[in-house]
Amino acid sequence: MDKKLEKIVQDLQGRFGSSIEEFRGEVHVFVKPEQIVDALTFLRDKHEFELLSAQTASDYWPQMAPRFHVIYQLTSLAKNLSVQLRVPVNGDQPKVPTATRVYDVANWRERELMDMFGIEFEGHPDPRRILLPPDMEGHPLRKDFPLGYEEPQFTFNFEEIDLRKPYAKE
Amino acid sequence: MGVEQKLGNMGVVTTKLEELVNWSRTNAMWPMLFGLACCAIEMMAAQASHYDMSRFGMELMRASPRQSDLMIVAGRVSRKMAPVLRRLYDQMPEPKWVIAMGDCASCGGVFNNYAIVQGVDEVVPVDVFVAGCPPRPEALIHGVVTLYEKVKGEKFKDYAVEQK
Repeated sequence: MDKKLEKIVQDLQGRFGSSIEEFRGEVHVFVKPEQIVDALTFLRDKHEFELLSAQTASDYWPQMAPRFHVIYQLTSLAKNLSVQLRVPVNGDQPKVPTATRVYDVANWRERELMDMFGIEFEGHPDPRRILLPPDMEGHPLRKDFPLGYEEPQFTFNFEEIDLRKPYAKE
Repeated sequence: MGVEQKLGNMGVVTTKLEELVNWSRTNAMWPMLFGLACCAIEMMAAQASHYDMSRFGMELMRASPRQSDLMIVAGRVSRKMAPVLRRLYDQMPEPKWVIAMGDCASCGGVFNNYAIVQGVDEVVPVDVFVAGCPPRPEALIHGVVTLYEKVKGEKFKDYAVEQK
């Protein structure tokens, strides 16, 4: 780990009591959902991590519980460092406080997570679906969402698929 | 009143009139700009100077549905875009035709999932499907010429005669 990054990570650990994990040169710091806004504000103001490069989530069902990890990738352009914060949340009623007050870009990123995973962000100013139609049910990027593919129509099953395909009326 | 009733049973006149109407429709069919994804680039290439579509009557592409006859659905249509597509199709005045260009518009293409409409004929009635990913400009022109042959075969009694 970079020397400067080590100091910052130790600072984080001291303040929030988080565990860390290192993977191929990246540093992942595990933070609890209640602490995430404080952690982001702290990193943005004290340690000059101005850029929220990525905000995404991972679903580890059924191998791990808690199921979702909300991942915040912070980059410091001034110091040329990047650190990753992970927030483990449970599967039923996942709730995380919103990061829009700290980083404006989190607005659409959280809408994408609300759409794709169903993770609720408390205090979000505009909680709508962003990528899928607004009347769609279900959250596609969860591991238990069915693949949703349609059976291909070959010559041998042409008629039976033809009967149930919803063709357009004039 | 239908055209055939008005002219009585003057078969020769109606045939010539049909030919005239179909000829005029094929010679100046203006498509609507509906390039959604990668197929749009091939549509642009077909319209440009090397493979000229203006030779076939498609002098220009109208962006407004009210002023166009043909909708070339070029590209994949997502489930969010499907009601928009239907609304634009409904805004086109008769006579109108639809060409589904490319694999994604014909059958969903490579995208067999929850977000892409599996074939645009679930949304609008399609006349000609052009296969390819993306279809070459020559293939699109072949599709257009096939549509012209279909239009030339249209008869008055299919759409202009009053149904009892």
